[in-house]
Amino acid sequence: LTFSGLSATADPADDTLVLNGETEMVTHTEKAPDYIDGLTEQYSGWLFREADTRVMQADDFDNPGMLGVEAAAEVWNTVEGSEGKSCASCHEDVETSMKGVRTQMPKYNEAKGTMYTMEMYINECRTERMGAEEWGWTSDPMINMTALISSVSRGMPMNVAVDGPAKPFWEQGKEMYYTRYGQLELACANCHEDNYGNYIRADHLSQGQTNGFPVYRLKQGALISQHNRFKGCIRDTRAETFKEGSPEFIALELYVASRGNGLSVESPSVRN
Amino acid sequence: MTRRIVLGLLSSMTIVSAAAAETTPASVAFEEGAITQSLTGAPGDPAEGANVMSNRGLGNCVACHAVSTMPDVPFQGNVGPPLDGAGDRWEEAELRGIVSDAKMTFDGTIMPSFYKTGPYVRPGNAFTGKAAEGELAPLLTAQQIEDVVAYLLTLKE
Ligand code: HEC
Ligand code: HEC
Ligand code: HEC
Repeated sequence: LTFSGLSATADPADDTLVLNGETEMVTHTEKAPDYIDGLTEQYSGWLFREADTRVMQADDFDNPGMLGVEAAAEVWNTVEGSEGKSCASCHEDVETSMKGVRTQMPKYNEAKGTMYTMEMYINECRTERMGAEEWGWTSDPMINMTALISSVSRGMPMNVAVDGPAKPFWEQGKEMYYTRYGQLELACANCHEDNYGNYIRADHLSQGQTNGFPVYRLKQGALISQHNRFKGCIRDTRAETFKEGSPEFIALELYVASRGNGLSVESPSVRN
Repeated sequence: MTRRIVLGLLSSMTIVSAAAAETTPASVAFEEGAITQSLTGAPGDPAEGANVMSNRGLGNCVACHAVSTMPDVPFQGNVGPPLDGAGDRWEEAELRGIVSDAKMTFDGTIMPSFYKTGPYVRPGNAFTGKAAEGELAPLLTAQQIEDVVAYLLTLKE
């Protein structure tokens, strides 16, 4: 890990993320996918955080989000529900069976005929295959499990599908991204496309990429989901937000993920 | 309180008693982005304007703009240009227009419209994330707009 520039400049840091001293992560690309009109280069949110926060994410022993991952690793092997099964009963070793899954989430679920997020797959397994209660979208066990499953894809490039049956969802998400919500009339794009690198009060604006989710937020002292972050950003425009798990946020999740296609999965990342 | 509606074309209208002369957001007359007529008829208070600009709960202009005459205000943003010298660059009427509804001067700008009541997409009840109930008040009152304009006019280089 190298440092440069201790001053609060407006630019993303010139830094390289090497996870645990071995896995080099793609936090910057010089070419965004062609279907993203407003971005030329892509930057991970990691590059917009202070040096101490960046260091914290680079080593699993320092990353507070890894506690959630460890908690979920235990749940993975725990039998629950009427069918007497654990996740491991069917998926065996999480590192093998779930490798790469995060790079494609959310994705179109053929059997269900709609867009599915990781949370939805997990709950489908719990209710339809384990005979267990579903987990709340932002409950601890859910967020920890999404962190565990995502963590085994770290270093792999995000690669959600934007065409085929995903297309209408992607279009819906794109339209939302450019909608100026609330009394402040601010769209995602106003802050994360037009102004990344700039400061809005104390906040250094990133591109609002989701390759690090769930992220451990130091301010909240907890892992948080993408939908929780979307909710906060929309609330800050003095708008009526959407609900976590709503069709709108699922569509937005897909579109925002596609803006990050090519960046490495970092989850659980550390942010302030 | 009865508010007298100032019609756009009557910009030569004489100013009557301050309290009664407030222009409502819906009846503001923009001329190429500028507003000639004071929104209240009463002079703005620059000290109060500085407060509105730096207070998070009011204008929070410093979220996007740096103002070097406010060294005590931490974390001034740079989404918008520094406001130093704004009083040299713009006439009073232009500043009133920019602060009331900057979109009339800068097409599609990110700067919020501070003296407007809609229409909005999914307007919320302040920062609660819940739906707004009824018509929203503008982000700043007519007098607060005048106070901010009075402060901006002091920013000379
Ligand atoms: C009885 C078997 C069974 C159990 C128990 C089970 N799953 Fe699954 N899981 C499946 C099957 C089958 C699929 C494929 C579903 C599909 O493709 O639509 C799946 C799919 C998934 C996926 C999506 C993978 C992908 O490639 O898209 C995730 C994530 C997942 N399971 C997580 C879990 C978790 C977490 C648990 C425990 C809380 C669990 N599963 C328990 C059988 C199971
Ligand atoms: C008023 C400005 C503003 C608007 C509008 C806004 N955001 Fe944000 N957003 C922020 C700030 C500030 C942060 C925290 C710093 C950062 O990472 O940019 C943030 C962070 C994020 C993050 C976390 C990035 C990371 O690496 O942890 C995501 C994702 C995000 N925003 C998505 C969105 C989406 C989607 C929308 C529209 C629905 C949106 N934002 C609208 C200001 C905004
Ligand atoms: C969310 C960001 C944002 C906020 C909040 C904001 N502005 Fe602006 N403002 C801008 C931007 C960006 C511009 C440049 C116009 C453009 O090209 O969009 C601007 C332009 C201006 C200008 C003209 C700039 C010059 O000097 O040439 C003035 C004056 C101004 N703003 C005053 C204010 C005041 C006063 C407030 C608060 C009551 C405020 N702004 C709040 C973003 C903002």
